Amino acid sequence: MISPIELSIIPVVAFIIPVVFVVVIGNDRQRLIRMSFSVSALASFISVVAGAMAVAGHSVEQVVLPLGLPTLPFHLRLDQLSGFFIFVVGLLSFFVSVYSVGYVSGLGAGKPVKRLIVFYNIFIAAMLMVCLADDALCFLVAWEVMAASSYFLVMFEDGRSENRRAAYLYMVMAHIGAVLILLSFGVMAGVTTGFEDFSCYTFDAMRAAKFPLKWATVAFLLSFFGFAAKAGVIPFHVWLPEAHPVAPSNVSALMSGVMLKTAIYGIVRITFDIIKVFPWWWGTMVLVLGLVSAVMGVLYALMQHDLKKLLAYHSVENIGIILIGIGLSMIFTSFHLPVMAALALIAGLYHTMNHAMFKGLLFMGAGAVLHATHERNMDEMGGLIHLMPWTSAFFLVGCISISALPPFNGFVSEWLTFQAFLLSPSLPIPMMKLLIPLGAALLALTGALAAACFVKVFGVIFLGNWRGHSQHVVTEAGWSMRAGMSLASLACLCLGVLPAIVINWMDAISESLLNARLVTTSGVYGWMWLTPVDPERASYSGPLVLIGIVAVCAVTYVLLHVKPGNISRVPVWDCGFKKLTPKMQYNAVSFSMPFRRIFGFLFDIKEQIRLTPQRQHPAFPENSQYYLRVRDRFWGWLYRPVIDRVVLLSRKAGMLQHGRIHVYLIYSFVTIIVLLALL
Amino acid sequence: MKALNLIFIEILQAIVVIALAPAFAGWVDMLKCWTQGRTSAGVMQPYRNIAKLFVKDVVIADNASWIFRFTPYLVFGSAVVVGSVVPIISMNLFLAPSADIIVVIAIFATARFFMALAGMDIGTAFGGMGASREMMVASLTEPAILMAIFTVSLAGRSTSLLHIARAFASGALVLRPSIVFAGIAFVLVVIAETGRIPVDNPSTHLELTMIHEAMILEYSGRHLALIEWGAMIRFFLFVTLGIACFLPWGIAVTDNAGDIATSIFLMVIKLGVAGTVLVVIETGLAKMRLFRLTEFLGAAFLMATLGVIAFFILE
Repeated sequence: MISPIELSIIPVVAFIIPVVFVVVIGNDRQRLIRMSFSVSALASFISVVAGAMAVAGHSVEQVVLPLGLPTLPFHLRLDQLSGFFIFVVGLLSFFVSVYSVGYVSGLGAGKPVKRLIVFYNIFIAAMLMVCLADDALCFLVAWEVMAASSYFLVMFEDGRSENRRAAYLYMVMAHIGAVLILLSFGVMAGVTTGFEDFSCYTFDAMRAAKFPLKWATVAFLLSFFGFAAKAGVIPFHVWLPEAHPVAPSNVSALMSGVMLKTAIYGIVRITFDIIKVFPWWWGTMVLVLGLVSAVMGVLYALMQHDLKKLLAYHSVENIGIILIGIGLSMIFTSFHLPVMAALALIAGLYHTMNHAMFKGLLFMGAGAVLHATHERNMDEMGGLIHLMPWTSAFFLVGCISISALPPFNGFVSEWLTFQAFLLSPSLPIPMMKLLIPLGAALLALTGALAAACFVKVFGVIFLGNWRGHSQHVVTEAGWSMRAGMSLASLACLCLGVLPAIVINWMDAISESLLNARLVTTSGVYGWMWLTPVDPERASYSGPLVLIGIVAVCAVTYVLLHVKPGNISRVPVWDCGFKKLTPKMQYNAVSFSMPFRRIFGFLFDIKEQIRLTPQRQHPAFPENSQYYLRVRDRFWGWLYRPVIDRVVLLSRKAGMLQHGRIHVYLIYSFVTIIVLLALL
Repeated sequence: MKALNLIFIEILQAIVVIALAPAFAGWVDMLKCWTQGRTSAGVMQPYRNIAKLFVKDVVIADNASWIFRFTPYLVFGSAVVVGSVVPIISMNLFLAPSADIIVVIAIFATARFFMALAGMDIGTAFGGMGASREMMVASLTEPAILMAIFTVSLAGRSTSLLHIARAFASGALVLRPSIVFAGIAFVLVVIAETGRIPVDNPSTHLELTMIHEAMILEYSGRHLALIEWGAMIRFFLFVTLGIACFLPWGIAVTDNAGDIATSIFLMVIKLGVAGTVLVVIETGLAKMRLFRLTEFLGAAFLMATLGVIAFFILE
């Protein structure tokens, strides 16, 4: 019998096979795409199995690879937490790889498909390695490979300058993050043994160490902000809406769906597994940043009319929701309330999995739409539900899930987070008792705004009439794209309807990290009822709600159709005004107008209306122009000043460099003299 | 025998909800007519309206998709499902644990989501306008309603409706400041959620003031009947939800016939009073401008927050 950790290393190696294919059968494009993505799908599927087994197996396994530095070989470790993340990464990679067969074939002939295949596979393998790594070196190597390969994927269409700019911004942010994480590992390793040998860089040594509070805080803050830069927590989110839209959609699905989650993995690993004991204000900080990201993320998303940019801002929102769960869990842990901490942690992790599923689904759907319409601007679309019935149905599932509506999965994790919020009265600090419920209100606001945003997205893209100028022929996505999306939709439904089974399985994570289990089952039909804490306190039955609504709808339908009713199809009633055009529909900009009015103070908005008056009478303008620009305030507040300073400083430093050899000789000479004088 | 009783009560409650909701809407309309000095068509008028719509043919726009046809059933179905979990005539509902108060609000939100989509389906300006406004109002209502729920479930130590109702019904009748604040917030929220003056006007067809009506403008025949009926059930349920959370006294605890009958009788009285209160509010206020709603719903949120604070400071 093969052990889970061996099983989880197989896919990491297997992801190299497609890279070999590129070399061997690189000229036969269709065959290359079909074979390499099939192998990727298979490898991902193996890691799903390995992850599921690791979580269910209640065991911890370690392996030392004969790779890496002589004194610090790569340590790998598979416990419940890494098993869970491997499961999530594998599951979405499986769906996306199935989808990619069709998606990549449909890309234009001139696109660098080979490069896409190579980096796509290295990218997934690196994400799996990040979850497996058990020492700082291995972790950082995997982390950097992940960042570098995704950089090349963002650079996919490098002919356009905005794509190069986005990729560059992403690279800078990723590296600021990586440096912070590196420093954090340095601090932790230094405290562990005082740098006697390299073994202090293994996570095992760090786990065994007791950190003084001062150093633990330094390490936590460094690593948290390092991971936050990767996860896109506000104010480190600026790269997300730039990088996600320009990457190919299958890559956006993976980046948004699972790459951001590796940062969540890092945060959980370092706080709950390595540092373990921490004061309450850490959790409060995470909670507050999570709330800010959630609300600001969804508000920024609401203002967008570029579909992929909008989805990227929603990733900021959902990372915020995940951090709310993790922050609450940290607060409960620091007050020694393990069961409540377990509930909040499970809520955060469940949302991690849910977000991977529905955001992957939405990006895949967006890819299908982009593929069919060659448009990213939603205001140029409309009525696609008639032309792409399958894609629209899957996309609708994603929209309902992300809006946290029952019976789909987003609702379950939000419900669990609300339950965790409701337990806050057990906290001993009165001020927190008062303020934490306000967090729940912000979460409710986030959910409602997300619903509004996805009414806009679905309504503008799929419903109504075609708004665009182009007369492009829109066709339904191919079978493999539909297969990938249908699998993800099915996952959204199952996670929403049968959460009790999944949470029972996930409970092993909270047991291994917090030594506490949730009460999830009650009675014989335990799988039907989700009852965290205890059945008296709260319960939700996804299956019953779903069956109930479906049954009532079906009965009503049958009763109303006993007598064959007449449905007549007629043109839309235009109130006698004979010029009803598609231009008169609400579009993305007009839909979000009330929200711009109410929440406008949070944005940098520039709105101009220019009317050209007609000669006869000014009341009937000849034509009108509307200009709207909504910008992220953080760019002006935080990034612009920093960039300006850096440019200024480098210009000053640049004055030292003249390119004349004798000046450089003088520099060296002065340096030597100074050093001699000092030493 | 016990199980049979439970199923019987569950079915009875669903029938009560479905059958009495139009009467309650009719009662509110009748009172409204009287207070405005008009002659009313009586409590039974909503039944006649629904019956009329059911026999009419359905006329649908050419480009309507399946979402447009599916939404009426979902609106009605979700309302009936909620009707079978809120303790209205009895506290022995075996389906009640399947959805707590947060789920109930979320099911309504699902129905609203589809309603807004249906509004955008035809591609007229009215539908989009209604959808946009409805979602805007909803996003401001949601935090307030959650805070009100939060207060109630802190006091009842549960989010399960049955447990909240039981906790209050078994406790003595004392004036708890937190519950009073939450109650006021809930009333404001119900006005917004069910689209009544000053947030929305259910009887308007004036384009500038429509929210709910704008979304359903394209519906006809049995589809419109289902939506109207669903909206009445929703109105009825929001009021009974308030009763279950804030005034649960009299809801049957045992399942013998006498208690249930008393409980239904008390429910009718409570609904009558609640309807009167709503009509007084509605007649006393004028419809607000859309962008002044932030103040109205902000007030609701503030009340609910005061409820939470009062709970921690005073109780």
